[in-house]
Amino acid sequence: MANQTYLLEVVTPERVVVNEEVEVTSAPGTEGSLGILADHAPMLTALNIGLLEYGKHGENKKLTITGGFLEVANNKVTVLATAAEKVQEIDLSRAEAARRRAEQRIEKAQTGNSEVDIDRAEMALKRALLRLEAAKHNQ
Amino acid sequence: MAGMRDIKRRIRSIKSTQQITKAMKMVAAAKLRRAQEKVTQARPYAKRVQGVLSRLVAAVQDVNHPLLETRDVKHTGYVIVTADRGLCGGYNGNIIRKVHQDVKGRNDVSLVCVGRKGRDFFRRTGKKIEAEYVGLGEDITYAMAKEIAGKVMALYQEGVFDKVELVFTEFFSALTQKPIQMQLLPIPSPSGEAAGDDGNGVGPLYEFEPSAEAVLSELLPRYVENQIYRALLESKASEQGARMTAMGSATDNAKEMIDKLTLSFNRARQAAITKEISEVVGGAAALG
Repeated sequence: MANQTYLLEVVTPERVVVNEEVEVTSAPGTEGSLGILADHAPMLTALNIGLLEYGKHGENKKLTITGGFLEVANNKVTVLATAAEKVQEIDLSRAEAARRRAEQRIEKAQTGNSEVDIDRAEMALKRALLRLEAAKHNQ
Repeated sequence: MAGMRDIKRRIRSIKSTQQITKAMKMVAAAKLRRAQEKVTQARPYAKRVQGVLSRLVAAVQDVNHPLLETRDVKHTGYVIVTADRGLCGGYNGNIIRKVHQDVKGRNDVSLVCVGRKGRDFFRRTGKKIEAEYVGLGEDITYAMAKEIAGKVMALYQEGVFDKVELVFTEFFSALTQKPIQMQLLPIPSPSGEAAGDDGNGVGPLYEFEPSAEAVLSELLPRYVENQIYRALLESKASEQGARMTAMGSATDNAKEMIDKLTLSFNRARQAAITKEISEVVGGAAALG
């Protein structure tokens, strides 16, 4: 079956990350993962931190995104991400360092150091873990 | 003779000043290019957030959100974006003057200062500064904007501010930058015109997930962050543009001064030679 394609755009405040025709997108919605094919009904949803996969002809590419929005309108999908990174661009050692830092911070917060913001540290840890996992998958 | 030495010394000093201004001009030109690039790269996101927001507001009846609701204005906050450093012509002066005109003599305002120059000025005039961000450096990141926006929104929601104005310099070209002021909070209801220009049009009815309100309360903070991000980027580009122009004309002025001084130096030298000759001739005549 020749699938129809549609335009997928992934934009972050700092740059346009993806702008291409795809057949399928799968995104980490706040209410669970969602897949989008061509001619999807218009929708607007918030996204969680997670993996965004997209592709055509069975070739899938992956992005890590850290929250944002996804809009479907007129057969075009726009993802407004707070930050997005292509999986092959992830720097493993940096992600590893970020994970360690976040873990230390959480530990500190649990031992009663009020200067450390535990919510932020947990978010940072989540981001780091996501990156690591995505990058390992890719290897 | 002393005249000649003096002139020579002045020429030397102006020359070294000229070298400095020339170098600064070139550095500013390079930084300007980078800053401009960032402004352009940030535009698609800004446009789409604006578009999504206005479609969303159109779709949701009775929008109710603290960041949208207008309150009686008892206290106004000004977020003012200036540079950390001087030597950029009227750049800092223009923006400070604009805010100063608004706030002087008023007790119902306080400020959030981004950039050393603005903070120093308003600290001197004794205005209340709620938060300050100095030394952001050349490379503006979204994280900085996020931090500033977070603070401003917190102040607004705590009721410290009932209205927040954002004042920054908009970049038109290396030669023209204009200080502008816009209302940041409560978020002015987006115009219908802005909705159309991201190419998606005023869309059909949406499905929302989890709900329109939830999406809206996620989106509004992003919108404010993005406004501040844009203000930082535009200001940075303007600063470099203003510096480039100012240093360019300083270099030109130095050249003009050097030309003039060289002329008077040559004249003085000529006069000295003439005097010497006439002395020699006079001496010879006296002997003969």
